[in-house]
Amino acid sequence: MAYSAMPTPQPESPASQPIEARKVSDFTPATNRIAPVLRISNGETGDQIFKFAMVLCGAAVLGMLVLIVYELVLRSGPSWHAFGLNFFAGSDWNPVSEHFGALPFVYGTLVSSFLALIIAVPLSIGVAVFTTEMCPPFLRGPLSFFVELLAAIPSVVYGLWAVFVLVPILSNYVEPFLARTLGWTGFFEGPPYGISMLAAGIILAIMIIPIISSISREVLMVVPQHQREAALALGATRWEMIRIGVLRNARAGIVGGIILGLGRALGETMAVTMVIGNRPEIVKSLFAPGYTMASVLANEFTEATGDVYLSALIEIGLALFLVTIIVNALARLLVWTVTRGQHSAAHA
Amino acid sequence: MPEAMPDNTKTVAPLTIPPISLRRRVTDHMMTGLAVLTVIVVLAPLFAIFAYLVYRGLGSINWAFVTQTPKPVGEVGGGMANAIVGSLLILAIASILGVPLGVGAGIYLAEYGRNRFGDAIRFTADVLNGVPSIVIGIVAYALVVLTQRHFSALAGGVALAIMMVPTITRTTEEMLLLVPRALREAAYGLGIPRWRTTLSITLRTATSGVITGIMLAFARVAGETAPLLFTAFGNQFWNVNVNQPTAALPLQIYVYGMSPYDDWHRQAWAGALVLIVLIVTAVAAVRFAVRHGTFGAA
Repeated sequence: MAYSAMPTPQPESPASQPIEARKVSDFTPATNRIAPVLRISNGETGDQIFKFAMVLCGAAVLGMLVLIVYELVLRSGPSWHAFGLNFFAGSDWNPVSEHFGALPFVYGTLVSSFLALIIAVPLSIGVAVFTTEMCPPFLRGPLSFFVELLAAIPSVVYGLWAVFVLVPILSNYVEPFLARTLGWTGFFEGPPYGISMLAAGIILAIMIIPIISSISREVLMVVPQHQREAALALGATRWEMIRIGVLRNARAGIVGGIILGLGRALGETMAVTMVIGNRPEIVKSLFAPGYTMASVLANEFTEATGDVYLSALIEIGLALFLVTIIVNALARLLVWTVTRGQHSAAHA
Repeated sequence: MPEAMPDNTKTVAPLTIPPISLRRRVTDHMMTGLAVLTVIVVLAPLFAIFAYLVYRGLGSINWAFVTQTPKPVGEVGGGMANAIVGSLLILAIASILGVPLGVGAGIYLAEYGRNRFGDAIRFTADVLNGVPSIVIGIVAYALVVLTQRHFSALAGGVALAIMMVPTITRTTEEMLLLVPRALREAAYGLGIPRWRTTLSITLRTATSGVITGIMLAFARVAGETAPLLFTAFGNQFWNVNVNQPTAALPLQIYVYGMSPYDDWHRQAWAGALVLIVLIVTAVAAVRFAVRHGTFGAA
């Protein structure tokens, strides 16, 4: 797959070179006679300068990550020294007495994200299966375009819509209904204000569906065609073919997509901040307001007075960063191994 | 397999295939129905959001909105002209910083990056893509705002640039790799140095694809609010000084949307419509460029 042609033979590059590449200087006598325009005497110097500049750009990408880690670790130092690991175990968030515990935020982030996953995963897989396996070809393009469009809507617009449309619907219809039917579980009790953990979960679900479904679609598409044909030849119905021949093969990749969606949900800020209610409490009921790690940063960062307060917020940012890095790396690895493996299997 | 085919057809023909049981057929239909249902459920909010946005936005937008600055709290009227210009200013800074860096890193990956260093950059870019925007905001705050000692458009631009680079890097690499190797070899064969080949042949051929990547990154950061909260900060007045706090459209939408005033809600919707039109135009331009581009469609 290596397209990059190397003018100088590079022993570390295993890519096959159909044309024996030679140094530019080997050709200069000929080009001298043919077309002086093409004669660039310091081609090698130019090459070195250019390569150096490109290496710098590449290194800058690495540098950004290093810089992010460095700044976050450095600035969260005071909070780390003051609270240590208890920072994530305490649930008391008191800027006045400068005592900070981040547990309610961690709880809110986890609960809202998992709620989003519970809603989004079946829907996304359904959409992916429909677009790749069931829908008539002329619908495939528009359908994936519309789902992609869902990803192009800015977070703040989702938030605005959620505040003015979703929350009233929730408080007038959905939450009273859930309280009547499922109130006994304890997850759906209390006053149905609309502004709640539930609202945050739903808006997050809408936001991560495009990610999960587009990755799932990609993974489903690399499932070799003969897997489908084999299942059909054995007399499977279409659904059985999808279940046995397609979904089973694509499992790991779909899980990767789900984890990637989780990564997005964990760090999502604006829409959640606008509907979750921003109260640092741990309550079992999903009707109660909550608070997430990203929301507390959005709300309190500019008003943080005092070094410990600011550094406590940055420590939350650091934790959020580490969690999303791990989640994303895991997801990338999963998707990568699946699409790689399937690609080579398809070509074999 | 092919040579076995004629035999099979002969022997299979007289066999009768037992009918598929009712249970299996019902399951099949049920699952198809469920899949259709999921599509409807997923697309419903999309259409609901767009319909409501257009309905509220069109009803709210007026000449004052795009030409005036915000009125003091409580006064009806005014607009977000300063926020629209501020957004463009911040996005311009982000593009100036982010585009060359991203394209450069993409060139490195495509032309020189078949090694462990390249793999490390690739992985880092993918990971950076997933870093929450609010965390990028913190870093830009620590880097620029704390150094300058005040909020500024520059800080907002830096934050958005950091978010643009990974997307641009990866798409640029992909697009450059699509350029046929024969083109590069033809250039080398003419004695053109490698750097010149990369810039004038490879990059030139992949232009439409690279621009697609840039536009996608642009569309993605254009609607970002979180990284601007404590970098660009917002401003009620005109400002085109990169060293001063600057209003941005998404910020203004957030502040107005969360306010208790009806007129501000109205303006928030108008702002959201303007923002969406900006982004959808960018995405549509991308689609158009892809369709008519040289390599983007591959």
